Amino acid sequence: MDKDIEQILTRYKGKKQSIIMILQDIQDKYNYLPQDVLKSLAKRLDIPLSKIHSIATYYKSFSLKPRGKHLIQVCLGTACHVRGGQRILEEIERELNIRAGETTNDLIFTLETVNCVGACALGPVVVINGNYHGQMRTTKVSKQTC
Amino acid sequence: MKITITIDWKTAKTERRTPIIKVAEELGIKIPTLCYNEQLEPYGVCRLCTVEVVKGKRTRFVTACNYPVEEGLTIYTHSEKVMQIRRLIIESLLALCPDVKILQSLAKELGVKELRFEKGKEDCIKCGLCVRMCEEIVGLSAISFADRGVDRKVITPFDLPSDICIGCGACSFVCPTKSIKMELKAGDRFRSLPGNERFCRYAIMGIIPNALCANSFRCWKCEVDQRFIEQLNTHPIFLSKKRKTKEVKDYITFLHKIRR
Repeated sequence: MDKDIEQILTRYKGKKQSIIMILQDIQDKYNYLPQDVLKSLAKRLDIPLSKIHSIATYYKSFSLKPRGKHLIQVCLGTACHVRGGQRILEEIERELNIRAGETTNDLIFTLETVNCVGACALGPVVVINGNYHGQMRTTKVSKQTC
Repeated sequence: MKITITIDWKTAKTERRTPIIKVAEELGIKIPTLCYNEQLEPYGVCRLCTVEVVKGKRTRFVTACNYPVEEGLTIYTHSEKVMQIRRLIIESLLALCPDVKILQSLAKELGVKELRFEKGKEDCIKCGLCVRMCEEIVGLSAISFADRGVDRKVITPFDLPSDICIGCGACSFVCPTKSIKMELKAGDRFRSLPGNERFCRYAIMGIIPNALCANSFRCWKCEVDQRFIEQLNTHPIFLSKKRKTKEVKDYITFLHKIRR
């Protein structure tokens, strides 16, 4: 584990100001930010742990809890909302048996809501692993999650 | 180079870039604040110290705690517009934390009678005094803000008992709403140390060198503690900043020892 951190740190020359990029790389590696990794990172970079914790909780794209292999983001922005984004979310919640913000027990899916992905003309939009699926319908949901 | 400014029809000569609040204080003008402490970096977050600044033909509303003065400013600290702003601020704060004494008395002072907003149940106004205190004076950053927006809160990392907190109580001391309270538990980590390493918290802060604790960290029963509080009228940690010397370094190495 320490090896992984060292590898990431050398990429950024161990600079304090690269903390966000370093956290992003750690998140890519583990799919979330593990507590002990953050602790050793704090020691290594000489930044107080509380500061790192602040950054990690400030940005929504960082997660302190383990996340699933696949990330499902349901857009609930204004346009998607009026086109039934809420219904899509509820359908996915039923399908996976989790609530928004949670991860399935087998660590395969994480369900999140987002407030706009900039593709309002396609609404309601669901983003799965970075791929945009427009004009979502409740009937299309189970096809995507299989 | 001295410059001249006018505050509430009184003229004052002062250094450039002094915060308005300091100049006002010298003139004996009281500006209410909640997030300002002379010894800490201004944060400008409670907005209660808002004043009206006239510069040429323009009028602006700025926070007095972090607005640097410049030549020819005219400042009004209690104009009707300023009071209106302050009333709204205190009304919002009081709606967030309805049971906080200092907010209640400030509201009374400013003439806020009824709350138009939904009442909350909090007692922290996110002024950041504790966070700045722990970072700037104590030098540890054992606590900081987490999350953002309405969920923003002051916690230790991961909301677990901190392993670097020295239990100095400075955060609790500066908290204007008394939201942070000291617990007996804070001393547990020190109580588990061997006898010759159980330094008094004032020794840890670097104020009295090498004194051991004789009261098993029940500071409220301690004679040394009482004397400090009586004499200083402020938190002793402020002393340790002034003597940023070997002793402070000692206490940091001591902390690393505890952390182990």
